Amino acid sequence: MQCQCQQQQSDLSLLAPVLKEYAAVPGSLITILQHAQEIYGYLPTDVIYHIAEQTGTTPARVMGVATFYTQFRFQPVGKYLIMLCDGTACHVNGSSRIAAAVQEYLHVENGGTTADGLFSFSIVACLGCCSLSPVMMINEDTYGSLTPAKVLDILKEIQAKEGAA
Amino acid sequence: MSMRIAVGKGSCGIAAGAQKVYDALAPLLSGTDIPLGTVGCIGMCWLEPIVDLYENDTLKARLVQVRPEDAQNIAEAAKTGDLSAVADRIITAEDSEFLTKQTRIALRNCGIIDPDSLESAKAAGGYTAITHILKDGVTPEAVIECIKVSGLAGRGGAGFPTWFKWNAARQSAGDEKYLICNADEGDPGAFMDRAVIESDPHTLIEGMLIGAYAIGAQEAIVYVRAEYPLAIKRLEHAIAEAKTAGYIGKNIMGTDFSCDFRIKAGAGAFVCGEETALIESLQGQRGMPRLKPPFPAAAGYWYKPSNINNVETYANVAWIINNGGEAFAAMGTEDSKGTKVFALTGKIKRGGLVEIPMGMTLRDVIFDIGGGIRDGKAFKAVQMGGPSGGCIPAELLDTVIDYKKLAATGAIMGSGGMVVMDESTCMVSMAKFFLDFTAKESCGKCVHCRIGTKRLQEILTRIVEGRGKEGDIELLEELCNAVRDGALCGLGQTAPNPVLSTLRYFRDEFEAHITDKRCPAHTCTDLLHYEIHADACKGCTACARKCPVSAISGSIKQPHVIDQSKCIKCGQCIATCKFGAITVE
Ligand SMILES: Cc1cc2nc3c(=O)[nH]c(=O)nc-3n(C[C@H](O)[C@H](O)[C@H](O)COP(=O)(O)O)c2cc1C
Ligand code: SF4
Ligand code: SF4
Ligand code: SF4
Ligand code: FES
Ligand code: FES
Repeated sequence: MQCQCQQQQSDLSLLAPVLKEYAAVPGSLITILQHAQEIYGYLPTDVIYHIAEQTGTTPARVMGVATFYTQFRFQPVGKYLIMLCDGTACHVNGSSRIAAAVQEYLHVENGGTTADGLFSFSIVACLGCCSLSPVMMINEDTYGSLTPAKVLDILKEIQAKEGAA
Repeated sequence: MSMRIAVGKGSCGIAAGAQKVYDALAPLLSGTDIPLGTVGCIGMCWLEPIVDLYENDTLKARLVQVRPEDAQNIAEAAKTGDLSAVADRIITAEDSEFLTKQTRIALRNCGIIDPDSLESAKAAGGYTAITHILKDGVTPEAVIECIKVSGLAGRGGAGFPTWFKWNAARQSAGDEKYLICNADEGDPGAFMDRAVIESDPHTLIEGMLIGAYAIGAQEAIVYVRAEYPLAIKRLEHAIAEAKTAGYIGKNIMGTDFSCDFRIKAGAGAFVCGEETALIESLQGQRGMPRLKPPFPAAAGYWYKPSNINNVETYANVAWIINNGGEAFAAMGTEDSKGTKVFALTGKIKRGGLVEIPMGMTLRDVIFDIGGGIRDGKAFKAVQMGGPSGGCIPAELLDTVIDYKKLAATGAIMGSGGMVVMDESTCMVSMAKFFLDFTAKESCGKCVHCRIGTKRLQEILTRIVEGRGKEGDIELLEELCNAVRDGALCGLGQTAPNPVLSTLRYFRDEFEAHITDKRCPAHTCTDLLHYEIHADACKGCTACARKCPVSAISGSIKQPHVIDQSKCIKCGQCIATCKFGAITVE
């Protein structure tokens, strides 16, 4: 039973096709969670309860799995998710300077989202483009050989496109 | 004369701008008889974006660091065959040696074939090995024997003989068996597996098919890390094409060998690279390692006999079947056969993918192929094996690349990450970097790993922040041994390696941090002290205007001073001063 303090009202019907395909397939919980995150942008609590119910398990177990993996988020993310690499190669080539530049410019902490909801910022380990280090991804696009100035240009370009200040 | 153009579009090439180059070329070539194609990564990452001009299928010119503005000239060159307009983009003879000095087996087709075309893969010999096996009735035992003769060992890190695992899985009782590919590539700084999947997915599929045939598996699963969306997309496409062509599915080539393929995207957890944690994750659980034995060969996915290998391991298999185990074993050393792919990164001049026969020295790879350190700095150390490995200092550069010889240095072969560090890298802060990583990635199952890595991280943190204490080195060593001995899986067992190996070779740097509160590489900000030398300062005010926290004061044409209580040690003043009046200690 779901507690009444839940205010969230996610459209659970969006998940129906995914559950239809995977709910009965053993071992599919992570796949279902990945689809759910794609649909809602994160994993809202009511969705987690719904998945638990539909797959015949407990919300605690679903949460247990979801919190184990860094991919899953429990808060909405900005329209643009900045993933800045701090893997070994990027670290050696100065990724912390890039991180500082992003944080200072957007006023956002690691794991946080800007007040206007445009950007979320997260520091990750290795995006696999190490020889272009330092590297970041914004949504599906990868940017390499970053400098503090270059990263600000990229962010400003997005802001201009979105009509933000 | 028949010309064609190929643009290198791995995710790294795209990040460097290859898609923009492609998009600029496309309209210029439409309506001509010059095809514009996509290839994966040739592995010369520092030269991306790369455009190859082929004439009658031989490489006529390799153009590097191409920009969209070059498209017009490239299109003209392809139409006329006259390369003069693109001459300044043609790769130099020196840079070309990066490739000619390599021996490519796992990477044999990377950057040459179109990863989205089965036809292109087949033209390069794709699926000939599995066709030979199935059409000529080569038995699974004979396949395993051939792999045994080759001496192929696991390329995922541990270097376990591949034939032995295949044989164990084959011998395990049961009809339901699984073949798994570990494409989790968790070592931060390694990208060999991504490049193989993005550039030549059919070679992986063929290697896995041969493995599945050898052990008697009916299903093959590729576990790919979630951070590799392009690899997943290309592999999905390749699997679909191979299925349509009848290489995957029921009764392949009319035999009673059937094998299905599927991809499982990881969800971000380094420990899931460990084989039993990966299996737990495949089963939809938290990715926590299992106690071994039983090994996966006896009880793996859903506790059925399973074989799990790394991407590069499988990428060698078809070549070995085609060329014979002896040809593979002819390369390398007594202990380590064949070739190994490395991802050369860090402060290196020519960073990229290097595949060389075992037995070359680190110096060959880093200096001869990689061109040495950039910006005229001095080589300090190379980190191999990432968070499970260790660093190798300059005096051991002549160490031969071989599982045993590398292990003797305190580092490991690892999966192939080779991060090169120069004199400006602080080894203590590198050790801390790796412990930050393992402490975060520990799954928490064992006390020694969960709490021990945390304590190691804390001690290292206080050392780099200038709060190191007498006795900290001994404490680190004691704790390292306890974590190694008390951990269940490889993550915890090897987590102390980066600390132990830096202590072994760079103990003086630890001592400088702890005793003298000094960072010899000038990177640990808490230990830095910026100073303006009054006699050299011209009072130009440039530094004062640049300082982000207004820590510098002084009148024009008078010596300036830094207020140490305000300074955040960002180093901008030093970079600004044209008169060399500022120093850091
Ligand atoms: C913490 C940890 C992380 C690992 N990560 C990987 C990895 O990312 N890729 C990989 O192939 N093997 C990884 N391994 C090694 C695997 O457990 C396993 O040995 C390997 O996949 C076997 O394949 P191979 O014999 O072809 O090397 C890791 C091991 C440990 C302990
Ligand atoms: S050693 Fe560490 S990562 Fe491995 S099982 Fe134990 S706690 Fe988990
Ligand atoms: S190091 Fe940075 S904060 Fe310190 S004085 Fe120089 S510019 Fe200012
Ligand atoms: S930039 Fe150099 S010369 Fe100019 S005021 Fe600063 S320390 Fe003096
Ligand atoms: S270390 Fe940054 S992309 Fe690999
Ligand atoms: S350019 Fe793709 S691997 Fe380097």
